[in-house]
Amino acid sequence: MPTTTSPTSELTLTHGPDGTVVVRLAGSWKLESGLPSLVDLERELDSADGARVAFDTSDLGTWDSSVLAFLAGASKLARERGIEVDPTGLPEGLRRLLALAEAVPEKEGVRAEKEDDDEFVERVGEVAIETERLFRSDLEFLGQVVLAFGRALRGKARFRRSDLALLIQQSGFDALPIVTLVTFLLGLILAFVGAIQLQTFGATIYVADLVGVAMVRDMGALITGIIMAGRSGAAFAAQLGSMKVTQEIDALETMAISSMEFLVLPRVLALFLMMPFLTLYGDAMGILGGAFVGVTMLGLSLTEYLLQTADAVSMSHLVGGVFKGTVYGVLIALAGCLQGVQSGKSSSAVGDAATSAVVTGIVAIIGACGLFAFVFYALGI
Amino acid sequence: MEASLAGGTPVPAITVRDLTMAYGDFVLQRHLDFTIGSGDIFVIMGGSGCGKSTLLRHLIGLNEPRKGEIFYGTESFTAADEERRTEMLRRIGVLYQSGALWSSMTLAENVSLPLGEFTSLQPDEIREVAELKLALVGLAGFEDYYPSDISGGMQKRAGLARAMALDPEILFFDEPGAGLDPISARLLDDLILELRDSLGATIVIVTHELASIFAIATNSIFLDAESRTMIATGLPTELRDHSPSDQVRRFLRRGES
Ligand SMILES: Nc1ncnc2c1ncn2[C@@H]1O[C@H](COP(=O)(O)OP(=O)(O)OP(=O)(O)O)[C@@H](O)[C@H]1O
Ligand SMILES: [Mg+2]
Repeated sequence: MPTTTSPTSELTLTHGPDGTVVVRLAGSWKLESGLPSLVDLERELDSADGARVAFDTSDLGTWDSSVLAFLAGASKLARERGIEVDPTGLPEGLRRLLALAEAVPEKEGVRAEKEDDDEFVERVGEVAIETERLFRSDLEFLGQVVLAFGRALRGKARFRRSDLALLIQQSGFDALPIVTLVTFLLGLILAFVGAIQLQTFGATIYVADLVGVAMVRDMGALITGIIMAGRSGAAFAAQLGSMKVTQEIDALETMAISSMEFLVLPRVLALFLMMPFLTLYGDAMGILGGAFVGVTMLGLSLTEYLLQTADAVSMSHLVGGVFKGTVYGVLIALAGCLQGVQSGKSSSAVGDAATSAVVTGIVAIIGACGLFAFVFYALGI
Repeated sequence: MEASLAGGTPVPAITVRDLTMAYGDFVLQRHLDFTIGSGDIFVIMGGSGCGKSTLLRHLIGLNEPRKGEIFYGTESFTAADEERRTEMLRRIGVLYQSGALWSSMTLAENVSLPLGEFTSLQPDEIREVAELKLALVGLAGFEDYYPSDISGGMQKRAGLARAMALDPEILFFDEPGAGLDPISARLLDDLILELRDSLGATIVIVTHELASIFAIATNSIFLDAESRTMIATGLPTELRDHSPSDQVRRFLRRGES
């Protein structure tokens, strides 16, 4: 920043003989030193019975938009009070800029209405209306997906098989490394936690039961689901959201190609098809993680551990877990696509959509998990 | 294409009756009444922010009218059910302000998609037609490029190739000349004229480019942001010389009245 040698900004108000308020601007005015306050001038104008504002800028040094902002504010104040503004005392450049700023009067009805923070009741009402609207559009979205699925089952839905293949690869196979890592570690952690407790009874072999049942029944599907919500759910929302920004979705709609069939359906299908495999794979990795602890730290043999696991885990656990995983997959894809389709048309809106896709995805999974726990318990599975 | 091939049939391509457009409480335009004749090159003019793009969105069904009705031929588009609308939409092509090419597909795939959806052509025939359409807009050889790998002007032209894929009866353009150099803009004008003459298409354009307005338009409307309605309609050269509205004359003479 170049330092100014001239004295800093100076603003004085004087009352002329004929009731003229003379605003004297002197020194050097820079945006970085802030905007001058209009309070004094406002007070002066309110008390003055005069009908004119004039300016004295004979000692004005360098100036920039800070002066212009002040002048625009001053002239607005004066106009509101029916006081005449005499710009002759201003330098040529400022006069022209001021005229330019006031050349186009503000268009009515364009400026968004100011929110009235005090009206609590009004805000509650607005939130309620907004919630209802969102709920409605969510339901509408679900209905459209169901219809699209119906058409898909009758072989009438239009989407590109190559898109589906790509999505399966991206959300399925490409997720294997992270699923491997997380579920293996989860199995390991479960084994440690179990071992500490079971060691006191000398029953370390039951670590295999604990890890196996926990992974296969619930944890495998749940953790894989959470990983997918972070990976694919966010990706779906960002893809659809940015397609909205670039009008690609508009282009589909005006070609009478339903974005529901063309974009949403393959994404839901991809997760629907891949989640069972990912869940099974995650289960296996978790069991391996447990076995790793069993073999290296608890002195069990691998065969012993695996046999114990096979004994503990029943077919109904396995089927139940895979079923849960599949449901989670559909929920994640729906949440991601819903947020993408409802995204606004700006880059920040796309970011918001991706964030809410992950949040709604995870909330939906956990909600479903709780529901399943309850139902499976009631059914005695 | 029957109506257009018959040439000068009195049935207009599009009729707009007493249309009111609004976003929430903000009414953009009201009492819009005009017809777009079949085979016309119809220009929608007006200052920035007066609602031209919005009017276009209404005409192609992306926004719903607050009030009023839009007819395609003699059939109401506004009142049509989803299925009818889908059929009506198949007869139109749209070139968006930003091109709006599907970014995950190559240019050839972009043009092929509507062909694959709505015709019974075989894949190799589709590819052939797509190559032809791209060649028509001067993009031969770029079939396998992705939209992000070509320039803005080329994206516009590729968007045009896609819009023309199904030989539509009505083509909509939002600011086709924006972002093009003068020569390309001129070539685009020629292309639009060529399309009208060879395909018999009706063309609806939103544009500010005076040169191209005078060169190609056969009819126009002028939307005014102040009074929030249309204040002139007719042949742009006529409007420039004889419009009773000072504002319209000034617009068409770049501010000199
Ligand atoms: N989605 C929207 N929600 C609310 N208001 C909107 C929306 N889209 C546009 N508007 C408002 O509608 C008005 C007209 O917009 P529109 O894009 O139709 O203008 P235009 O005539 O095409 O302008 P330009 O020539 O600059 O492209 C603008 O004032 C804009 O603020
Ligand atoms: Mg526009």
